Parts: sequence; C-alpha cells; structure tokens
Amino acid sequence: MLLVSLTFCPAAVTRAQPTDRAPDTMQARLRACQPCHGRQGEGTNNDYFPRLAGKPAGYLMNQLVAFRDGRRRYPPMNYLLEYQSDSFLQKIAEYFAALRPPPAQQTATDVGSAVLARGRSLVTDGDQARGVPACSGCHGPKLTGMEPGIPGLVGLHKSYISAQLGAFRYGTRTAAEPDCMQLVAASLTETDVTAVAAWLASVPIPPDPSPVPKGTLQMPLGCGSEPN
Amino acid sequence: MRTRWTLSLPILLAGWLLAGLSAAARADDQALVTKGEYLARAGDCIACHTNPGGALFAGGLAMATPFGTIYSSNITPDPKTGIGSWTADDFYGVMHAGRFPDGGLIYPAMPFGSYTKVTRADSDAIFAYLRSVPPVRQPNRPHDLRFPFNNRQLILGWRTLFFQEGEYQPDSTKSVEWNRGAYLVGGLGHCAMCHSPINALGGSSESQAFEGGLIPMQNWYAPSLTSNKEAGLGEWNIDEIVGLLRNGVSHRGAVYGPMAEVTFNSLQYLNDADVRAMAIYLKSLGEGTPPGAEVSSVPSPESSLLLSFGQTVYQTHCASCHAADGRGMPPEYPPLAGNPSIQMESSVNPVRMVLNGGFPPGTAGNAMPYGMPPFAQTLSDDEVAAVVTYIRAAWGNRGSPVSSRQANELRIAPLD
Repeated sequence: MLLVSLTFCPAAVTRAQPTDRAPDTMQARLRACQPCHGRQGEGTNNDYFPRLAGKPAGYLMNQLVAFRDGRRRYPPMNYLLEYQSDSFLQKIAEYFAALRPPPAQQTATDVGSAVLARGRSLVTDGDQARGVPACSGCHGPKLTGMEPGIPGLVGLHKSYISAQLGAFRYGTRTAAEPDCMQLVAASLTETDVTAVAAWLASVPIPPDPSPVPKGTLQMPLGCGSEPN
Repeated sequence: MRTRWTLSLPILLAGWLLAGLSAAARADDQALVTKGEYLARAGDCIACHTNPGGALFAGGLAMATPFGTIYSSNITPDPKTGIGSWTADDFYGVMHAGRFPDGGLIYPAMPFGSYTKVTRADSDAIFAYLRSVPPVRQPNRPHDLRFPFNNRQLILGWRTLFFQEGEYQPDSTKSVEWNRGAYLVGGLGHCAMCHSPINALGGSSESQAFEGGLIPMQNWYAPSLTSNKEAGLGEWNIDEIVGLLRNGVSHRGAVYGPMAEVTFNSLQYLNDADVRAMAIYLKSLGEGTPPGAEVSSVPSPESSLLLSFGQTVYQTHCASCHAADGRGMPPEYPPLAGNPSIQMESSVNPVRMVLNGGFPPGTAGNAMPYGMPPFAQTLSDDEVAAVVTYIRAAWGNRGSPVSSRQANELRIAPLD
C-alpha cells in the first residue's frame, strides 16, 4: 500500500522543499571508485582490481592520466575519467595516496612452497645470471614503493600482478620512456611471473605501508616514471 | 639639409602611416583569430579532429558508423597533409556546401548539414584560427567503409534526401537572443546530429529536427529537445538550463554520456550571453508540449512485484545518495523524481547509468564533480531491471518497465 501510494501519487515532488547537500569531501565525490577499489581504496576481493591506498601520488597520477588519454586501456576506467581535468586527477591521486585503511583480507595462496620460494628469491634478489633485477631494488625493501612514481606491490591480488606483468611484456601497458617495467617484464618467463605474483600476493602489508622517500634507493635501471 | 628634409619628410610620414596600418592590421588579424577560436569551440571541432592525447586538430580519430569506420581529417595548416593550401573560399565550400576544394563530396559524418547555417564571416574567422595553430604533418587515414558505402557518389543521393544548403535566416518575429540561440544550436552546435532520429540511410529530416534518437553505435539515447517528456526544457528556468549546458550539472539533472563531451570540449568555453541565448531557444522548443502520460504504465500485479523488488535494491544501493524520496542532493547527487532523463520512452540511458555509472564533466563551473559508481558487477540483470523500473515509476515518475533482457543487452554497450 505504501508502495502504491509512492508510485502513483502524481507530483509527489515539489521543488520548494529543501534537500540535503552532499558532503564537500573527496570521499563523497569518489563513490564511483568504491565498488572496485573499496571504501578507502583498500581493494576488494575481486582478483583484477588493485588496492590504491598508500600508493605514491605521482604513480597514481600517471595512471589516471594514462587512463584518461587512453594510453592505458581498461574501458570502465577510460570511460569514467574521460572528461576530467589534470587538477582534479591530481586531487584524486593525492586523496588515495594519503589513505591508510586497514588491509583487506588476503586470499590464501594456492601454489606450492617451491613456487613461493622461487618467487621470493626473484623479488628480493632477482636473477643475476639472466639480468633480472630484484623487485625490491626499486619498489623498496618492504615493497611499499618509492616516491614519487614507483608503486607498492603489497596488498595486490596474484591475478592482478600477473596480468600487469603480462601487459608490460606484450606492450599493452606502457609507461614513460625509458619504460623500465617493459624491459623487466620481458626478461621474465611465464613461470617467473607465476612465482613472483604468488609470492607478492602472500606478503602481508606492513604496519606502515608508506612508500620510501624519493631518492632513497639506487635504482638498477633508468625509469621515465621516476626521474632522478 | 633642407633638400633632405623635403625628400625625407613624405617618406617618413608614409613610413609612419604604413607602420600604423600594419599594426592595426595585425591587431585585426589577432581579433579574427581569437573570434575564430571561440567559434571553433562552439562548433566542437576538437571532438572529432583531435585524437585524445594526440596533436591538436591533426585528425585520425576513428569513428565507428553503421557503414564502417571513418577517420577524421587533419585540419592543421600543414600544406601537404592538412589544409595549409586551402583558401577561405575553399573552407567555406566545406562548411557551407559539404564539398572539398576539388568539388569532391564529403561524408556527412562532418556535420555540414548544420554548418551550412554558419555565416561567411564566422566561417572565415574559424579558418583564420585554424591557419594559426601549429602545422602537423600527419597524412589522413583512408576511411574503412563497407561496400557500397565506400562509393562517394552515394553521398549525392543522401544529399538530395537530407541536405538543405543555406545560411541561417533570422526569424524577425523572435528576439535577437532567440535568433542567436537558434543560430548556435542549429549551426555550429550541430545538436541535431544526435538529437534527431537517424533513419536507416544515416539521415535525419529537417521536419523531425531535435525530436531525439538513439545514437548509432554508441548506444546512448539522445533525448528529444522538443518534448517535455524527454529533455524538453520548456519547464526549466533559464539559469537551470545555462548551468546544465555550461557546468554540466544543475538542480534538475546532470549531463552524462556523449553530452558530457559536448559540455567538456565546447559549451563550458562559451560566454554567458551565448549560453543564455541557447537556453532561451531550447526552452522555446519544449514549450507548449504536453508533459506526457498522466500515470505510469506499470499497473499489473507482476509489475508490483518487480517494483517492490526494485525498491529493495534502491534502498540498498541508491538511496544513500539519491534519497529514499528520489529528490537526491542536487546539484551534487541529481534528483531522480521528476527527472525527465529517467522516464523517457527509451530506457537505454537510465539502464546504462546504473551499469556504467559516470562522472559529469570537470568544468570551470564544476571542477571537482561527484561521480556515480558503476553497478555492472554488483547487480544482476534482474536487479538492474527491477531498480530501473522502480525509479521510472516511483514518486510520480511515468516511465515504462524494463526487462532483464534489456539490461543484459546493454552490458556490452561500448564505453568509448
């Protein structure tokens, strides 16, 4: 009965009645991000959507601009950002970079200990013989990234990490030249990618997930996204 | 000494005169370029002739049409690959008659059916501006059209049916503002390209101008500008229309889909007088049309089940922004009650907004917009159909029900 009256009462709306205003906050503006990236950018249980909270603002800005301009392709992201200004994208990047939500629950690993050990070895030491640099050489000893352009690798899903490494390797995801991640990804085998992704996804987020300051690490190769 | 004075004085005077004249000419040129830049914004040339992230006006943007893919052309002043060798007459021929300088026929993806209304003076100003942008050497990419549409002679038939050449003729019974609005909406604004029904031949007839239509390939519905059941603005006040067009948001609703592009690239740059003139003209198009059916067409018991299911979905996912009574928190979270965009005969747009979400464009007047989440991965087809049916029928809204099949079909609608 209530429904019927709601439904068929003509002109139920008069414009003179005041309505609430939306909160003047970034969170209220960015509800569009929540279904995929979580309420506080902590990520969700979906395998392909990354955590955003605490990643360096420079990295997030590079990705936002690349999505807007179509250089990084993912239609739902390209569509949402298509008509936004640099200044708004910068504010979005700074908003997520500053968030420190409790970590989302990590999914249990589904690979064997030998694979995890191989992943750990590649991430922390690289493979000198094949010229594969250690991930931690640029992404930090705690893998929380480096200001301004290098993202943290903890708190991400295995499928997301392997999909990104694959995209770098086949050139569907690119970054500013010199595109160091393209070189690194090209030097990895399929087995390496599986091992690296599985181990990274199993690493717990440290209590302080902040990236290390700019210039903290002597990077083993040049990256256009992290000018020295 | 005296002789030198007598000789040099006239030369000196002539020199001053010439210097003064050329300075004035330079100022005139600059004023013309500035005027042309403004008019090019009004015509939204950039939307098609610039690839996102690419060089300004170098073209190459792929545009999917029902007949194949068309690539926009390079309109920078590069003499080999752009329009650097054209004259103002050549440019006017394109705008006014839809013909290349060699007489060749232009595909009507270029809105010369609207641009023909542009005055010669405005065409010349746009041309002067295009001459002033950096030349870019980028050869035009050939169109990829299916047989028989790859035969340009077919355009002759299209032109006979749908093209009426001629500059805008003011209506002396209307105000100066109304006429300026009609000139901008019908000419450079080329609004009829989307807001008129498109038939199987890719044409729209003058008699159905602004009556709304589904935009081919994009799967967004461009609402009628003449019917108050749709986007007809007859019941809006002028400030609300100005806000919607220029800022992208208003207390009545927000722009979304392809219209967000128009506000972002074109309308936000227009001056107050021109947007106001467009608003006056658009309001007049909607005035005097009936507001639509008295009641919603969802009266059956099955529909009531659908509605109560839809109301549950609404309370869970939508009411925190759009409010339980559908009044929203305008202008940030638009109202759904009484919002014509929700109730149109075509349910394509509300279904797509639920599936894809979206941000209004970031404009000078609304630099940090509030976005709507996409619900494609959260809601099932049944839930999408129920909630869209609910918002189309609740609070006195008068839309028709939506099926889960319709919701499902729009999941694959292109996002670019």
